[in-house]
Amino acid sequence: MHVLGIETSCDETGIAIYTDNGLLTHQLYSQATTHAAYGGVVPELASRDHIRKLAPMVRTMLAEQNLGAAQIDGIAYTAGPGLAGALLVGAAFARSLAWAWNKPAIGVHHMEGHLLAPLLEAEAPDFPFIALLVSGGHTQLMQVADIGRYTLLGESVDDAAGEAFDKTAKLLGLGYPGGPALAELATRGDPHRFRFPRPMTDRPGLDMSFSGLKTAAVTTWRSQPEDLSPEADAQLRADIARAFEDAVVDTLWIKCCRALQQTNCKRLVLSGGVSANQRLRQAVTGYMASRGGQAFYPRPEFCTDNGAMIAHAGWHRLSAGEHTPLHFPVRPRWPMEELVPGSA
Amino acid sequence: MKLLALDATEAACSVALLIDSDIQQHCITEARQHNEHLLPMADTLLAEGGVSLPQLDAIAFACGPGSFTGVRIATAVTQGIALAHDLPVVPVSSLRALAQGAARAHQAQYVLAGLDARMHEVYWGAFVRDESGLMQSQGAEKLCAPDKIMGSDYNSAHNHWQGTGSAWASYADTLQQHCAVQQIHPTAFVQAQDVARLGAADWLQHRYVSAEQALPTYLRNQVATAAPGISWP
Repeated sequence: MHVLGIETSCDETGIAIYTDNGLLTHQLYSQATTHAAYGGVVPELASRDHIRKLAPMVRTMLAEQNLGAAQIDGIAYTAGPGLAGALLVGAAFARSLAWAWNKPAIGVHHMEGHLLAPLLEAEAPDFPFIALLVSGGHTQLMQVADIGRYTLLGESVDDAAGEAFDKTAKLLGLGYPGGPALAELATRGDPHRFRFPRPMTDRPGLDMSFSGLKTAAVTTWRSQPEDLSPEADAQLRADIARAFEDAVVDTLWIKCCRALQQTNCKRLVLSGGVSANQRLRQAVTGYMASRGGQAFYPRPEFCTDNGAMIAHAGWHRLSAGEHTPLHFPVRPRWPMEELVPGSA
Repeated sequence: MKLLALDATEAACSVALLIDSDIQQHCITEARQHNEHLLPMADTLLAEGGVSLPQLDAIAFACGPGSFTGVRIATAVTQGIALAHDLPVVPVSSLRALAQGAARAHQAQYVLAGLDARMHEVYWGAFVRDESGLMQSQGAEKLCAPDKIMGSDYNSAHNHWQGTGSAWASYADTLQQHCAVQQIHPTAFVQAQDVARLGAADWLQHRYVSAEQALPTYLRNQVATAAPGISWP
């Protein structure tokens, strides 16, 4: 079975074809430069870009692979969560293409795509595993018993970790999206000059909070003299970046450890844009090794939004006989726990 | 000829199937859930007409201006169907289709078509019916405040103008002060049957594009402001 997958939930247009033999091909167009000037994703601009890019990308991919109606057996698209207008572009296009070809279509949960992304790799985790999905839009700890069997263990009660990274990066003058630049700046920071709190780690539970760290960064920034020399100013920024990154990384991995202990699980998957953070990877890999467990990371392009994970998740659901009817609802907010087998 | 037409410009949405001189339409007026209705209506309409998609000569859609999301849904559905069977696409202005509706329902010859664009503005166009019964644009369509519509924007020497569309409901007083109209149709809305009529004529004139060239007309392009400085809580 060949499944065409389409992802348009935020600011990336992603398409891919997943087959019984694995991933055949994938393409991604990122809108990052479109939104950079606005300091964040502008939903209307995201939708306008998706509708320009999607059809030519699909036509080109099908032509390059020499595939058409006769070879494509189903179409998967992101039905939520995400930006309503952006989701609707992908859903309308995908559902209509499937209808016109008389093929089944399936609306996929974006986070299920992320959760199953490690299965796209040759070295894939066995079930069950714990997944930390950590990006600019989400920070969730999930228990994955099997495909379609997910339990939310904990999540951020306010900002996503990646969002906190981007907002703090903005304060430090690093532009948008500045998370990776903040991590780079932190390598030059003194880890002992400032210490930010590790929110919600002093009490039981797996929920997290990151908006306070952004405030800690602002407060620290404002408590310093305004007439710093350029060198002192640069060092201050690096030291704040370091204190911030250490606090986020510690908080995330403390919660991961707790989730692993609580579920007695030895496999941990890290996915989402923030999972590319080196300090987080070092902390997690070291801990898993010391515990006789294993950490898994999808390759970087599958950590962020992409079409491959949607084609893949859609392949599983279509293989199970699920499909979405001719009306194609999208769900900008869609709790993952509603996603049980056969619920699509 | 055989042509499928779609509209989702405003709250209503409709699908029409044109087979030579006959046009059948399905329309939902109350809901804004275009994604719930467009494909089921199209599916039913084709089944009733005994037409399959590969038999179509073209697909037409109301390309705006209008609700950004609605117009984009119609665009994306059109792109998906057209790409599947390599059908030519005829984009039809939503304002022109609205004007065509006034010709169909009220024998209007001179039409000022306006859609409520929110934010105290209207999408606006003036149209005159030609000898073959098709509405033709008189100058460029525009987005402006209702009190900025001028007689010089159209040939106001005629006194047979009719106003149609949601702009005439939202800004009835202002527009009637600025435009001498004989009649207004403030509850009129864009319908796929009028998109089909205009689309078929355009297709015969070879005015069509490929699936990926079928794109919305927004008119309103100022939709975001560049990031101000950093504003912290």
